[in-house]
Amino acid sequence: MSPYNRRRVTNVIVLGLCFAATGLALLVLFLILGALLVNGLPALNLDLFTEATPAPGNHGGLVNAIYGSAVMTAIATLIGTPVGILSGTYLAEYGRGSALAPAVRFINDILLSAPSIVIGLFVYQAMVVRMGHFSAWAGAVALAILVVPVVVRTSEDMLNLVPAGLREAAFALGTPHWKVVVMVTYRAAIQGMMTGVMLAVARIAGETAPLLFTALNNQFSSTDLSAPIANLPVVIFQFAMSAYPDWQRLAWGGALLITFAILVLNIFARLLASWSGETK
Amino acid sequence: MTVEVAPVQTPTRPPVLSVPIAPRAHTAERGVPETKVVIKDLRFYYKTFEALKGISLDLYDRRVTSFIGPSGCGKSTLLRVLNRIYALYPGQRATGEVLVDGEDILAPGQDLNLLRARIGMVFQKPTPFPMSIYDNIAFGIRLYERLSAQDLDARVEQALRRAALWDEVKDKLKQSGLSLSGGQQQRLCIARAIAVKPEILLLDEPCSALDPLSTQRVEELIAELKSDYCIVIVTHNMQQAARSSDYTAFMYLGALVEFDETESIFTHPRERQTEDYITGRFG
Repeated sequence: MSPYNRRRVTNVIVLGLCFAATGLALLVLFLILGALLVNGLPALNLDLFTEATPAPGNHGGLVNAIYGSAVMTAIATLIGTPVGILSGTYLAEYGRGSALAPAVRFINDILLSAPSIVIGLFVYQAMVVRMGHFSAWAGAVALAILVVPVVVRTSEDMLNLVPAGLREAAFALGTPHWKVVVMVTYRAAIQGMMTGVMLAVARIAGETAPLLFTALNNQFSSTDLSAPIANLPVVIFQFAMSAYPDWQRLAWGGALLITFAILVLNIFARLLASWSGETK
Repeated sequence: MTVEVAPVQTPTRPPVLSVPIAPRAHTAERGVPETKVVIKDLRFYYKTFEALKGISLDLYDRRVTSFIGPSGCGKSTLLRVLNRIYALYPGQRATGEVLVDGEDILAPGQDLNLLRARIGMVFQKPTPFPMSIYDNIAFGIRLYERLSAQDLDARVEQALRRAALWDEVKDKLKQSGLSLSGGQQQRLCIARAIAVKPEILLLDEPCSALDPLSTQRVEELIAELKSDYCIVIVTHNMQQAARSSDYTAFMYLGALVEFDETESIFTHPRERQTEDYITGRFG
Protein backbone atom coordinates (compact mmCIF):
# COMPACT_ATOMS: atom_id res chain seq x y z
CA MET A 1 0.00 0.00 0.00
CA SER A 2 1.31 3.43 -0.89
CA PRO A 3 1.95 5.83 2.00
CA TYR A 4 -0.87 8.03 0.75
CA ASN A 5 -3.43 5.21 0.77
CA ARG A 6 -2.24 4.02 4.15
CA ARG A 7 -2.78 7.48 5.51
CA ARG A 8 -6.27 7.59 4.04
CA VAL A 9 -7.23 4.23 5.53
CA THR A 10 -5.85 5.28 8.93
CA ASN A 11 -7.86 8.46 8.71
CA VAL A 12 -11.09 6.57 7.95
CA ILE A 13 -10.51 4.14 10.83
CA VAL A 14 -9.74 6.85 13.40
CA LEU A 15 -12.64 8.97 12.22
CA GLY A 16 -14.94 5.93 12.52
CA LEU A 17 -13.73 5.27 16.07
CA CYS A 18 -14.38 8.89 17.04
CA PHE A 19 -17.90 8.75 15.66
CA ALA A 20 -18.58 5.44 17.41
CA ALA A 21 -17.34 6.75 20.77
CA THR A 22 -19.39 9.94 20.47
CA GLY A 23 -22.45 7.94 19.44
CA LEU A 24 -22.05 5.60 22.41
CA ALA A 25 -21.80 8.50 24.86
CA LEU A 26 -24.84 10.21 23.35
CA LEU A 27 -26.78 6.95 23.32
CA VAL A 28 -26.26 6.46 27.05
CA LEU A 29 -27.26 10.07 27.71
CA PHE A 30 -30.44 9.75 25.67
CA LEU A 31 -31.31 6.41 27.31
CA ILE A 32 -31.08 8.05 30.72
CA LEU A 33 -33.08 11.11 29.67
CA GLY A 34 -35.60 8.90 27.90
CA ALA A 35 -36.12 6.67 30.95
CA LEU A 36 -36.48 9.79 33.10
CA LEU A 37 -39.12 11.27 30.81
CA VAL A 38 -41.05 8.05 30.30
CA ASN A 39 -41.19 7.28 34.03
CA GLY A 40 -41.12 10.78 35.42
CA LEU A 41 -43.68 12.60 33.27
CA PRO A 42 -46.66 10.53 34.53
CA ALA A 43 -45.64 11.43 38.09
CA LEU A 44 -45.71 15.14 37.37
CA ASN A 45 -48.86 16.80 38.65
CA LEU A 46 -49.82 19.71 40.83
CA ASP A 47 -49.84 17.58 43.99
CA LEU A 48 -46.11 17.01 43.53
CA PHE A 49 -45.59 20.68 44.36
CA THR A 50 -48.27 21.08 47.03
CA GLU A 51 -48.26 17.96 49.21
CA ALA A 52 -45.63 16.52 51.51
CA THR A 53 -44.03 13.09 51.15
CA PRO A 54 -46.66 10.47 52.04
CA ALA A 55 -46.57 7.28 54.05
CA PRO A 56 -46.53 4.17 51.85
CA GLY A 57 -49.87 3.65 50.10
CA ASN A 58 -51.04 7.21 50.68
CA HIS A 59 -51.38 10.05 48.24
CA GLY A 60 -48.70 12.79 48.45
CA GLY A 61 -46.10 14.97 46.79
CA LEU A 62 -42.57 16.26 47.25
CA VAL A 63 -43.10 19.84 48.43
CA ASN A 64 -41.16 19.39 51.68
CA ALA A 65 -38.24 17.82 49.79
CA ILE A 66 -38.26 20.56 47.16
CA TYR A 67 -38.33 23.17 49.92
CA GLY A 68 -35.50 21.50 51.84
CA SER A 69 -33.33 21.23 48.76
CA ALA A 70 -33.98 24.83 47.77
CA VAL A 71 -33.26 26.19 51.25
CA MET A 72 -30.05 24.20 51.75
CA THR A 73 -28.83 25.03 48.25
CA ALA A 74 -29.56 28.72 48.84
CA ILE A 75 -27.77 28.83 52.21
CA ALA A 76 -24.82 26.85 50.84
CA THR A 77 -24.53 29.28 47.93
CA LEU A 78 -24.75 32.29 50.24
CA ILE A 79 -21.95 30.90 52.43
CA GLY A 80 -19.79 29.45 49.69
CA THR A 81 -19.91 32.24 47.09
CA PRO A 82 -18.31 35.07 49.09
CA VAL A 83 -15.62 32.74 50.46
CA GLY A 84 -14.94 31.39 46.98
CA ILE A 85 -14.89 34.76 45.23
CA LEU A 86 -12.65 36.35 47.86
CA SER A 87 -10.21 33.40 47.74
CA GLY A 88 -10.23 33.50 43.95
CA THR A 89 -9.55 37.24 44.12
CA TYR A 90 -6.61 36.63 46.44
CA LEU A 91 -5.15 34.06 44.05
CA ALA A 92 -5.62 36.18 40.92
CA GLU A 93 -4.92 39.67 42.25
CA TYR A 94 -2.92 39.64 45.45
CA GLY A 95 -1.14 36.30 45.64
CA ARG A 96 1.09 36.76 42.60
CA GLY A 97 4.62 35.88 43.46
CA SER A 98 3.79 34.83 47.02
CA ALA A 99 4.57 31.35 48.29
CA LEU A 100 1.09 31.01 49.82
CA ALA A 101 -0.86 31.29 46.55
CA PRO A 102 0.43 28.09 44.89
CA ALA A 103 -0.23 26.21 48.15
CA VAL A 104 -3.79 27.54 48.35
CA ARG A 105 -4.35 26.71 44.69
CA PHE A 106 -3.07 23.15 45.20
CA ILE A 107 -5.23 22.54 48.27
CA ASN A 108 -8.22 23.99 46.45
CA ASP A 109 -7.66 21.57 43.58
CA ILE A 110 -7.64 18.69 46.06
CA LEU A 111 -10.89 19.95 47.56
CA LEU A 112 -12.33 20.29 44.07
CA SER A 113 -11.84 16.59 43.40
CA ALA A 114 -12.51 15.31 46.93
CA PRO A 115 -15.28 12.68 47.03
CA SER A 116 -18.39 14.40 48.34
CA ILE A 117 -19.05 11.59 50.81
CA VAL A 118 -15.79 12.45 52.57
CA ILE A 119 -17.02 16.00 53.00
CA GLY A 120 -20.32 14.61 54.36
CA LEU A 121 -18.41 12.52 56.90
CA PHE A 122 -16.30 15.52 57.90
CA VAL A 123 -19.35 17.69 58.57
CA TYR A 124 -20.99 14.75 60.38
CA GLN A 125 -18.03 14.65 62.78
CA ALA A 126 -17.71 18.41 63.06
CA MET A 127 -21.36 19.38 63.40
CA VAL A 128 -23.83 16.51 63.66
CA VAL A 129 -21.98 14.65 66.42
CA ARG A 130 -21.51 17.85 68.45
CA MET A 131 -25.08 19.03 68.01
CA GLY A 132 -26.36 15.55 68.78
CA HIS A 133 -28.69 15.39 65.79
CA PHE A 134 -28.93 15.81 62.02
CA SER A 135 -29.88 19.26 60.77
CA ALA A 136 -30.50 21.39 57.73
CA TRP A 137 -27.63 23.65 58.85
CA ALA A 138 -25.19 20.75 58.69
CA GLY A 139 -26.49 19.87 55.22
CA ALA A 140 -26.05 23.46 54.04
CA VAL A 141 -22.50 23.62 55.42
CA ALA A 142 -21.57 20.36 53.69
CA LEU A 143 -22.91 21.73 50.40
CA ALA A 144 -21.13 25.07 50.98
CA ILE A 145 -17.83 23.19 51.26
CA LEU A 146 -18.57 21.77 47.81
CA VAL A 147 -19.37 25.23 46.42
CA VAL A 148 -16.17 26.91 47.59
CA PRO A 149 -13.55 25.14 45.43
CA VAL A 150 -15.66 25.46 42.27
CA VAL A 151 -16.15 29.19 42.81
CA VAL A 152 -12.48 29.72 43.77
CA ARG A 153 -11.33 28.07 40.57
CA THR A 154 -13.75 29.84 38.22
CA SER A 155 -13.27 33.24 39.90
CA GLU A 156 -9.50 32.99 39.60
CA ASP A 157 -9.73 31.86 35.98
CA MET A 158 -12.14 34.63 35.05
CA LEU A 159 -10.06 37.31 36.79
CA ASN A 160 -6.96 36.02 35.02
CA LEU A 161 -8.77 36.45 31.71
CA VAL A 162 -9.08 40.19 32.33
CA PRO A 163 -6.42 41.71 30.04
CA ALA A 164 -3.30 42.82 31.90
CA GLY A 165 -3.52 46.11 30.01
CA LEU A 166 -6.84 46.99 31.63
CA ARG A 167 -5.42 46.37 35.10
CA GLU A 168 -2.27 48.35 34.27
CA ALA A 169 -4.36 51.22 32.92
CA ALA A 170 -6.22 51.41 36.21
CA PHE A 171 -2.98 51.29 38.23
CA ALA A 172 -1.44 53.90 35.93
CA LEU A 173 -4.03 56.41 37.14
CA GLY A 174 -2.76 55.86 40.66
CA THR A 175 -5.75 53.77 41.68
CA PRO A 176 -5.34 51.84 44.96
CA HIS A 177 -5.26 48.08 44.47
CA TRP A 178 -8.60 47.32 46.13
CA LYS A 179 -10.30 49.90 43.93
CA VAL A 180 -8.72 48.45 40.80
CA VAL A 181 -10.20 45.08 41.78
CA VAL A 182 -13.66 46.29 42.75
CA MET A 183 -14.20 48.97 40.11
CA VAL A 184 -12.39 47.54 37.12
CA THR A 185 -11.49 43.85 37.15
CA TYR A 186 -14.69 42.67 38.87
CA ARG A 187 -16.73 44.63 36.36
CA ALA A 188 -14.86 43.05 33.50
CA ALA A 189 -15.13 39.53 34.92
CA ILE A 190 -18.50 39.57 36.68
CA GLN A 191 -20.43 37.57 34.12
CA GLY A 192 -17.86 34.79 34.02
CA MET A 193 -17.75 34.69 37.81
CA MET A 194 -21.55 34.45 38.01
CA THR A 195 -21.41 31.59 35.52
CA GLY A 196 -19.05 29.81 37.91
CA VAL A 197 -21.45 30.32 40.81
CA MET A 198 -24.29 28.91 38.76
CA LEU A 199 -22.28 25.84 37.82
CA ALA A 200 -21.51 25.34 41.51
CA VAL A 201 -25.23 25.53 42.32
CA ALA A 202 -25.95 22.99 39.59
CA ARG A 203 -23.32 20.73 41.09
CA ILE A 204 -24.70 20.76 44.65
CA ALA A 205 -28.37 20.61 43.65
CA GLY A 206 -28.07 16.90 42.96
CA GLU A 207 -25.57 15.88 45.65
CA THR A 208 -26.79 13.00 47.80
CA ALA A 209 -23.79 11.63 49.68
CA PRO A 210 -22.98 14.68 51.83
CA LEU A 211 -26.65 15.04 52.82
CA LEU A 212 -27.01 11.44 54.03
CA PHE A 213 -24.67 12.25 56.92
CA THR A 214 -25.92 15.74 57.62
CA ALA A 215 -29.49 16.75 56.75
CA LEU A 216 -30.62 13.13 56.58
CA ASN A 217 -34.30 13.25 55.71
CA ASN A 218 -37.65 14.07 57.23
CA GLN A 219 -40.99 12.37 56.63
CA PHE A 220 -42.80 15.53 57.57
CA SER A 221 -42.85 19.11 56.45
CA SER A 222 -40.31 21.02 58.51
CA THR A 223 -38.91 24.50 58.17
CA ASP A 224 -36.73 24.19 61.29
CA LEU A 225 -33.13 24.55 60.11
CA SER A 226 -31.74 22.88 63.24
CA ALA A 227 -33.77 19.75 62.59
CA PRO A 228 -33.37 17.09 59.92
CA ILE A 229 -34.93 18.24 56.68
CA ALA A 230 -36.31 16.46 53.64
CA ASN A 231 -34.44 17.00 50.38
CA LEU A 232 -34.86 15.71 46.85
CA PRO A 233 -31.71 13.58 46.46
CA VAL A 234 -32.15 11.64 49.69
CA VAL A 235 -35.91 11.24 49.13
CA ILE A 236 -35.21 9.90 45.66
CA PHE A 237 -32.66 7.50 47.14
CA GLN A 238 -35.05 6.26 49.82
CA PHE A 239 -38.19 6.09 47.67
CA ALA A 240 -36.50 4.47 44.70
CA MET A 241 -35.09 1.70 46.93
CA SER A 242 -38.49 1.05 48.52
CA ALA A 243 -40.94 -1.70 47.50
CA TYR A 244 -43.92 0.65 47.17
CA PRO A 245 -44.97 1.59 43.60
CA ASP A 246 -46.36 5.02 44.59
CA TRP A 247 -43.04 5.90 46.33
CA GLN A 248 -41.13 4.74 43.27
CA ARG A 249 -43.34 6.92 41.09
CA LEU A 250 -42.54 9.95 43.27
CA ALA A 251 -38.82 9.12 43.05
CA TRP A 252 -39.04 9.26 39.25
CA GLY A 253 -40.86 12.57 39.45
CA GLY A 254 -38.20 13.99 41.77
CA ALA A 255 -35.40 12.74 39.55
CA LEU A 256 -36.97 14.44 36.54
CA LEU A 257 -37.37 17.68 38.52
CA ILE A 258 -33.72 17.76 39.63
CA THR A 259 -32.40 16.91 36.18
CA PHE A 260 -34.58 19.58 34.62
CA ALA A 261 -33.50 22.18 37.19
CA ILE A 262 -29.81 21.41 36.60
CA LEU A 263 -30.35 21.54 32.84
CA VAL A 264 -31.95 24.99 33.14
CA LEU A 265 -29.11 26.21 35.38
CA ASN A 266 -26.51 24.96 32.93
CA ILE A 267 -28.22 26.55 29.95
CA PHE A 268 -28.51 29.81 31.86
CA ALA A 269 -24.82 29.65 32.80
CA ARG A 270 -23.94 29.06 29.13
CA LEU A 271 -26.06 32.00 28.03
CA LEU A 272 -24.46 34.23 30.64
CA ALA A 273 -20.99 33.16 29.50
CA SER A 274 -21.68 33.74 25.82
CA TRP A 275 -23.33 37.05 26.58
CA SER A 276 -20.24 38.20 28.47
CA GLY A 277 -18.12 37.10 25.53
CA GLU A 278 -20.03 39.42 23.22
CA THR A 279 -19.70 42.54 25.30
CA LYS A 280 -15.89 42.33 25.43
CA MET B 1 19.48 39.35 15.65
CA THR B 2 22.26 39.73 13.13
CA VAL B 3 22.85 43.27 12.03
CA GLU B 4 24.00 43.81 8.50
CA VAL B 5 25.54 47.20 8.09
CA ALA B 6 25.81 48.39 4.54
CA PRO B 7 28.74 50.65 3.77
CA VAL B 8 27.92 54.32 3.50
CA GLN B 9 29.37 55.64 0.28
CA THR B 10 28.52 59.30 0.41
CA PRO B 11 31.29 61.29 2.05
CA THR B 12 29.27 64.50 2.43
CA ARG B 13 26.27 62.84 4.12
CA PRO B 14 23.08 64.58 2.99
CA PRO B 15 19.95 64.30 5.20
CA VAL B 16 19.24 60.60 5.52
CA LEU B 17 15.48 60.72 5.76
CA SER B 18 13.25 63.02 3.80
CA VAL B 19 10.16 63.41 5.96
CA PRO B 20 8.55 66.43 7.57
CA ILE B 21 10.35 67.08 10.82
CA ALA B 22 9.17 68.95 13.89
CA PRO B 23 10.59 72.47 14.23
CA ARG B 24 13.66 72.79 16.41
CA ALA B 25 13.00 72.14 20.07
CA HIS B 26 14.73 75.31 21.10
CA THR B 27 13.29 78.34 19.38
CA ALA B 28 12.81 81.90 20.48
CA GLU B 29 9.09 81.66 21.21
CA ARG B 30 9.31 78.31 23.02
CA GLY B 31 12.18 79.28 25.26
CA VAL B 32 14.98 77.18 26.69
CA PRO B 33 13.72 73.72 27.65
CA GLU B 34 13.63 72.92 31.35
CA THR B 35 14.77 69.53 32.51
CA LYS B 36 11.90 67.55 34.05
CA VAL B 37 13.33 64.07 34.42
CA VAL B 38 16.94 63.01 34.86
CA ILE B 39 17.71 59.34 34.31
CA LYS B 40 21.08 58.19 35.63
CA ASP B 41 22.67 54.82 34.94
CA LEU B 42 19.31 53.04 34.86
CA ARG B 43 19.51 49.27 34.73
CA PHE B 44 16.45 47.05 34.53
CA TYR B 45 16.11 43.34 35.15
CA TYR B 46 13.44 40.80 34.24
CA LYS B 47 14.48 38.25 36.87
CA THR B 48 18.15 37.91 35.84
CA PHE B 49 17.93 39.21 32.27
CA GLU B 50 19.31 42.72 31.99
CA ALA B 51 16.90 44.61 29.71
CA LEU B 52 18.31 48.11 30.21
CA LYS B 53 22.06 48.44 30.42
CA GLY B 54 22.82 51.71 32.10
CA ILE B 55 20.65 54.36 30.48
CA SER B 56 21.36 58.03 31.17
CA LEU B 57 19.04 60.57 29.64
CA ASP B 58 17.23 63.84 30.33
CA LEU B 59 13.60 64.54 29.51
CA TYR B 60 12.41 68.12 29.09
CA ASP B 61 9.24 69.81 30.26
CA ARG B 62 6.83 71.01 27.57
CA ARG B 63 8.66 69.00 24.97
CA VAL B 64 7.94 65.67 23.28
CA THR B 65 10.62 63.01 23.46
CA SER B 66 10.31 59.85 21.41
CA PHE B 67 11.98 56.51 22.05
CA ILE B 68 12.66 54.54 18.87
CA GLY B 69 14.41 51.29 18.15
CA PRO B 70 13.75 47.74 16.97
CA SER B 71 11.46 45.41 18.94
CA GLY B 72 13.02 44.23 22.16
CA CYS B 73 15.44 47.16 22.40
CA GLY B 74 13.98 48.18 25.77
CA LYS B 75 12.12 51.36 24.82
CA SER B 76 8.81 50.20 26.33
CA THR B 77 10.66 48.90 29.37
CA LEU B 78 12.22 52.33 29.84
CA LEU B 79 8.79 53.96 29.62
CA ARG B 80 7.39 51.49 32.16
CA VAL B 81 10.08 52.47 34.63
CA LEU B 82 9.03 56.11 34.56
CA ASN B 83 5.71 55.49 36.35
CA ARG B 84 6.95 52.30 38.01
CA ILE B 85 4.12 50.28 36.50
CA TYR B 86 6.65 47.42 36.26
CA ALA B 87 6.44 47.15 40.06
CA LEU B 88 3.14 45.26 39.63
CA TYR B 89 5.13 42.24 38.57
CA PRO B 90 7.35 40.32 40.94
CA GLY B 91 10.77 39.60 39.49
CA GLN B 92 11.09 42.95 37.71
CA ARG B 93 13.42 45.51 39.25
CA ALA B 94 15.29 48.66 38.39
CA THR B 95 18.53 50.12 39.73
CA GLY B 96 20.04 53.54 39.23
CA GLU B 97 18.29 56.88 39.58
CA VAL B 98 15.26 58.44 37.97
CA LEU B 99 14.90 62.00 39.27
CA VAL B 100 11.57 63.69 38.64
CA ASP B 101 11.93 67.34 39.70
CA GLY B 102 14.98 66.21 41.64
CA GLU B 103 13.22 63.43 43.56
CA ASP B 104 14.31 59.84 42.99
CA ILE B 105 11.20 57.84 42.10
CA LEU B 106 13.08 54.54 42.43
CA ALA B 107 13.80 55.25 46.10
CA PRO B 108 12.08 52.88 48.53
CA GLY B 109 9.06 54.34 50.29
CA GLN B 110 7.73 56.14 47.23
CA ASP B 111 3.93 56.36 47.29
CA LEU B 112 3.27 54.75 43.94
CA ASN B 113 -0.33 55.94 43.75
CA LEU B 114 0.66 59.58 44.18
CA LEU B 115 3.55 59.11 41.76
CA ARG B 116 1.24 57.68 39.11
CA ALA B 117 -1.18 60.54 39.60
CA ARG B 118 1.65 62.85 38.49
CA ILE B 119 2.73 60.63 35.62
CA GLY B 120 -0.07 59.51 33.30
CA MET B 121 0.21 56.67 30.84
CA VAL B 122 -1.59 55.61 27.67
CA PHE B 123 -1.14 52.10 26.36
CA GLN B 124 -0.71 50.48 22.98
CA LYS B 125 -4.12 48.86 23.01
CA PRO B 126 -6.98 51.18 23.97
CA THR B 127 -8.07 50.21 27.50
CA PRO B 128 -11.40 51.83 28.28
CA PHE B 129 -12.77 50.63 31.61
CA PRO B 130 -15.99 48.60 31.44
CA MET B 131 -18.13 51.57 32.44
CA SER B 132 -19.77 54.57 30.80
CA ILE B 133 -17.79 57.17 28.82
CA TYR B 134 -18.50 59.69 31.56
CA ASP B 135 -17.38 57.38 34.35
CA ASN B 136 -14.21 56.47 32.45
CA ILE B 137 -13.10 60.09 32.87
CA ALA B 138 -14.70 60.74 36.25
CA PHE B 139 -13.10 57.62 37.73
CA GLY B 140 -9.61 59.13 37.88
CA ILE B 141 -10.80 62.57 39.04
CA ARG B 142 -12.80 61.03 41.90
CA LEU B 143 -9.65 59.32 43.15
CA TYR B 144 -8.09 62.65 44.08
CA GLU B 145 -10.77 65.27 44.35
CA ARG B 146 -14.17 65.60 45.93
CA LEU B 147 -16.15 67.71 43.50
CA SER B 148 -19.78 68.72 43.24
CA ALA B 149 -21.71 67.08 40.42
CA GLN B 150 -21.54 70.34 38.49
CA ASP B 151 -17.78 70.74 38.84
CA LEU B 152 -17.24 67.10 37.94
CA ASP B 153 -19.34 67.53 34.80
CA ALA B 154 -17.21 70.52 33.88
CA ARG B 155 -13.96 68.63 34.43
CA VAL B 156 -15.15 65.66 32.37
CA GLU B 157 -16.16 67.98 29.54
CA GLN B 158 -12.85 69.82 29.74
CA ALA B 159 -10.84 66.59 29.52
CA LEU B 160 -12.91 65.29 26.61
CA ARG B 161 -12.56 68.62 24.80
CA ARG B 162 -8.79 68.62 25.24
CA ALA B 163 -8.70 65.11 23.81
CA ALA B 164 -10.76 66.30 20.83
CA LEU B 165 -13.48 63.80 21.63
CA TRP B 166 -16.21 65.95 23.15
CA ASP B 167 -18.15 66.66 19.96
CA GLU B 168 -18.33 62.98 19.12
CA VAL B 169 -19.50 61.74 22.52
CA LYS B 170 -21.35 64.63 24.18
CA ASP B 171 -24.73 63.05 23.39
CA LYS B 172 -23.85 59.56 24.61
CA LEU B 173 -21.86 60.05 27.79
CA LYS B 174 -23.90 57.32 29.50
CA GLN B 175 -22.98 54.70 26.90
CA SER B 176 -20.26 52.16 27.57
CA GLY B 177 -16.73 53.25 26.73
CA LEU B 178 -16.39 49.94 24.91
CA SER B 179 -18.99 51.04 22.35
CA LEU B 180 -16.59 53.58 20.81
CA SER B 181 -14.37 52.93 17.80
CA GLY B 182 -10.68 52.10 18.34
CA GLY B 183 -9.50 55.64 17.63
CA GLN B 184 -12.16 57.14 19.88
CA GLN B 185 -11.29 54.65 22.63
CA GLN B 186 -7.65 55.72 22.46
CA ARG B 187 -8.60 59.40 22.70
CA LEU B 188 -10.87 58.48 25.62
CA CYS B 189 -7.83 56.93 27.32
CA ILE B 190 -5.80 60.08 26.68
CA ALA B 191 -8.66 62.18 28.09
CA ARG B 192 -8.76 59.91 31.13
CA ALA B 193 -5.03 60.32 31.65
CA ILE B 194 -5.04 64.13 31.41
CA ALA B 195 -8.22 64.50 33.48
CA VAL B 196 -6.21 63.90 36.66
CA LYS B 197 -3.82 66.72 35.65
CA PRO B 198 -0.54 64.85 35.48
CA GLU B 199 2.80 66.58 34.83
CA ILE B 200 4.20 63.91 32.57
CA LEU B 201 2.38 61.91 29.90
CA LEU B 202 3.76 58.54 28.79
CA LEU B 203 2.47 57.15 25.50
CA ASP B 204 3.35 53.54 24.70
CA GLU B 205 2.87 53.10 20.95
CA PRO B 206 -0.45 54.93 21.18
CA CYS B 207 -1.21 54.71 17.47
CA SER B 208 -0.08 51.22 16.56
CA ALA B 209 -3.65 49.86 16.77
CA LEU B 210 -5.21 52.83 14.96
CA ASP B 211 -5.97 53.64 11.33
CA PRO B 212 -4.13 56.56 9.64
CA LEU B 213 -6.95 59.04 10.22
CA SER B 214 -7.18 58.29 13.94
CA THR B 215 -3.39 58.37 14.10
CA GLN B 216 -3.42 61.85 12.64
CA ARG B 217 -5.93 63.01 15.23
CA VAL B 218 -3.84 61.59 18.08
CA GLU B 219 -0.72 63.27 16.67
CA GLU B 220 -2.52 66.59 16.46
CA LEU B 221 -3.53 66.02 20.04
CA ILE B 222 0.09 65.40 21.07
CA ALA B 223 1.16 68.61 19.34
CA GLU B 224 -1.56 70.44 21.21
CA LEU B 225 -0.80 68.89 24.61
CA LYS B 226 2.93 69.50 24.56
CA SER B 227 2.44 73.10 25.53
CA ASP B 228 1.48 71.83 29.01
CA TYR B 229 3.13 68.51 29.58
CA CYS B 230 6.38 66.65 29.42
CA ILE B 231 5.43 63.97 26.87
CA VAL B 232 7.29 60.76 26.17
CA ILE B 233 6.22 58.59 23.26
CA VAL B 234 7.40 55.12 22.31
CA THR B 235 6.88 54.44 18.64
CA HIS B 236 7.74 52.01 15.88
CA ASN B 237 6.80 54.58 13.31
CA MET B 238 9.82 56.68 12.35
CA GLN B 239 7.73 59.26 10.53
CA GLN B 240 5.68 59.68 13.67
CA ALA B 241 8.78 60.27 15.77
CA ALA B 242 10.07 62.76 13.20
CA ARG B 243 6.74 64.59 12.91
CA SER B 244 5.75 64.86 16.51
CA SER B 245 8.79 64.88 18.77
CA ASP B 246 11.35 67.49 19.72
CA TYR B 247 13.89 64.97 20.96
CA THR B 248 14.54 61.42 19.88
CA ALA B 249 16.34 58.63 21.68
CA PHE B 250 17.45 55.67 19.60
CA MET B 251 17.87 52.48 21.60
CA TYR B 252 19.31 49.15 20.64
CA LEU B 253 19.67 45.95 22.70
CA GLY B 254 18.94 47.68 25.99
CA ALA B 255 21.41 50.52 25.46
CA LEU B 256 20.90 54.12 24.47
CA VAL B 257 22.74 54.54 21.19
CA GLU B 258 22.01 58.17 20.49
CA PHE B 259 19.96 60.96 21.98
CA ASP B 260 19.57 64.37 20.40
CA GLU B 261 17.13 66.84 18.96
CA THR B 262 14.86 65.06 16.53
CA GLU B 263 16.09 67.15 13.64
CA SER B 264 19.70 66.11 14.21
CA ILE B 265 18.82 62.44 14.67
CA PHE B 266 16.87 62.29 11.43
CA THR B 267 19.14 64.44 9.29
CA HIS B 268 22.64 63.95 10.60
CA PRO B 269 22.81 61.05 13.03
CA ARG B 270 26.22 60.67 14.63
CA GLU B 271 26.06 56.89 14.98
CA ARG B 272 26.11 54.45 12.09
CA GLN B 273 23.54 52.23 13.87
CA THR B 274 21.08 55.11 14.16
CA GLU B 275 21.41 55.93 10.50
CA ASP B 276 20.96 52.31 9.47
CA TYR B 277 17.83 52.03 11.56
CA ILE B 278 16.10 55.20 10.46
CA THR B 279 16.85 54.51 6.82
CA GLY B 280 15.36 51.05 7.21
CA ARG B 281 18.52 48.99 6.68
CA PHE B 282 17.75 46.95 9.75
CA GLY B 283 15.15 46.65 12.45
